[in-house]
Amino acid sequence: MSTKTEQQRRDEASQARRKVQTRVERDLSFFEKMDDTAKEEFFKQEKAKSLKVRRARKIKRRITIAIGLIIAASVSILAIIPVFFTFLNSFMSSAEIAHNYGIIFQSLSGHAEQGATYLAKSPTITLVPQKVTIEQYLNLLFMSPTYLLKFWNSIILVVPIVIGQMGVSCLAAYSFARYRRKRREVLFFSYIILMLMPFQVTLVPNYMISESLGILNTRWAIILPGIFSTFAIFLLTKYMRQIPIAYIEAAKLDGATEWQIFTKIAVPLCKNAVFALSILLFIDYWNMVEQPLVLLTNADKQPMSVFLSQINEAEIGIAFAASALYMIPPLLIFLWGEEYLVEGISRSGVK
Amino acid sequence: MSSAEEKKKESIDEKGTEGRKPQTITAVTVDPEHLARLKADKKKFHRKRRIKDWAMFTGYLTPSLVGVMLFFFLPLLLILKTSFQRSSTNSDFVGFVNYERVLTNESFINAAKNSMAFSGIAVPLSVLLALLLAILLNTKLPGKSIFRSILLNPMMVPVASVVLIWQVCFSYNGLANGWGFYQLFEPDRIDWLKSDHSQFVILLLFLWKNLGYNMVLFLAALNSIDEEILEAATMDGAGSLRRFFSIKMYFLAPTLFFVAIMSLINSFKIFREVYLLTGDHPYAKLYMLQHFMNNQFTNLDYSKLSAGAIIMCLFMIVIVGVLFFAEAKFDADVEG
Repeated sequence: MSTKTEQQRRDEASQARRKVQTRVERDLSFFEKMDDTAKEEFFKQEKAKSLKVRRARKIKRRITIAIGLIIAASVSILAIIPVFFTFLNSFMSSAEIAHNYGIIFQSLSGHAEQGATYLAKSPTITLVPQKVTIEQYLNLLFMSPTYLLKFWNSIILVVPIVIGQMGVSCLAAYSFARYRRKRREVLFFSYIILMLMPFQVTLVPNYMISESLGILNTRWAIILPGIFSTFAIFLLTKYMRQIPIAYIEAAKLDGATEWQIFTKIAVPLCKNAVFALSILLFIDYWNMVEQPLVLLTNADKQPMSVFLSQINEAEIGIAFAASALYMIPPLLIFLWGEEYLVEGISRSGVK
Repeated sequence: MSSAEEKKKESIDEKGTEGRKPQTITAVTVDPEHLARLKADKKKFHRKRRIKDWAMFTGYLTPSLVGVMLFFFLPLLLILKTSFQRSSTNSDFVGFVNYERVLTNESFINAAKNSMAFSGIAVPLSVLLALLLAILLNTKLPGKSIFRSILLNPMMVPVASVVLIWQVCFSYNGLANGWGFYQLFEPDRIDWLKSDHSQFVILLLFLWKNLGYNMVLFLAALNSIDEEILEAATMDGAGSLRRFFSIKMYFLAPTLFFVAIMSLINSFKIFREVYLLTGDHPYAKLYMLQHFMNNQFTNLDYSKLSAGAIIMCLFMIVIVGVLFFAEAKFDADVEG
């Protein structure tokens, strides 16, 4: 008995238990039936087949990628061409601009309707200037102080709004994120609704209150409502609610005051969102047309965005340079902060 | 010994204090008065803290709240009141007369029609095209990030700067006519901005500006879909179309709502583009709601203006409410 190994003993026992009496021979598998040469032959065939499939798949993938690239490239070219075009044209001499685009602006500025120049002409569009000059820029910077004034107007309106709104929004967002009671949530929801209101709705109240405060036609009429706009609060609150509560509790245990938690934890953690929002706000207010039109009827104080549309025939020589100059600050900011911007936009849409 | 004490003892034993001699814990008799006092103290403490919390966080909110109240909510109430008055100085209650005046105003009806027509076309189109672009850029395309940057770029370009280009393209003697695009619509040359096709021009500008933003939103949503789920679906034999409609669409739905809302808001801002292109009094097809409002400002008819703003406010609330409701309902469906 002792010669039996443990394994054998176990096998016997289990078979006895199961009342298994016979062992069935397993069928030979597909490979076991083949001898070596047949195997080799088979593998060769299979390899060839898979190579073919792989090659076909590769070609197919290449074609789809090529098509995708072509579509993406053409859309991208369409997207970039107006910017490109403006910059290229800004380096043309005034005479060349007048020569190329004169007829366009004649037909645009009302002459056409009087019949005189309603002749079908095609403009000569040259992408590359015949002679690269910075004549337009020189004219713009040294000959026409109005443009510089408008440029300054734009800056003096936008910068306080962005800084002010970020400050106010950080505080409010922190409050909304940390203190969540029912009434607060209702208030937050009304902030969201306010954020979604178009200018058509909010301009009238703004106008009314500016008038009664006596700040109509001053820069404050635009800056103050801009600072208290609720746009940034929504996104910042979303960000701050994602801060792990453990961070805040740890800080509290270490004896941090609420103000310290706010400045040392909440704001630094939302740095990306703050940058992204600043960029979004900057471009939004750099672009503004509605508010200055209604709230700032004094033409001297209006920003560049309103002014650029009023360029007439005589001035098209420097219009391109003015346009180009006007888009440089946002484009520089875009180049610097694209990552923040993309992250900010992305986080605003995904829950 | 009460059961609570037994439990306590057991728990001590479990912790491996077998070596120690078992402690007997005698029940503490508590003076009920003392207990009540303790409870009251605790309550007071909590209330104090609650008030302190409230005060502090309200403090953080105060600057914003004051500003918002002063510049938005309060004047909204004010214009609600004004909209029922004869004029801003004469405070006779006149009921819904002002609303009637606005709603029967021809230019208001025209403006509302134009704005709605524009939004009705622009919003679905921008959502759809942006989704297609996002899907394209979500594949294994070389140089994706470059394309993304370029497509996002128009968002940063001030409209005022590219208005010139649009004018070069779409005036009577412009490029679009020069290259014969008018043949798509009419046999003759078109002065695009003064024709019935003017909305098309504006639509182009809108899409140019907003597609990048919407696309980034969709890209983020597509990237956040769990790869494993898609892989599992592939294993189960789902083709790419099936994967898209059954899985990706399901995860994209909330973003779809968000993009739709944002596009709607942006489509209301189209006045900016129209104004920069054509000024105060554009071709009838381009006369937007904001034009109506601006021209009312010059007429100084505040009660009418207020009524108009209130109508639009209500309209927006209804639209946003419907969209939110739809989203909430959809979410509920998703979660079963």
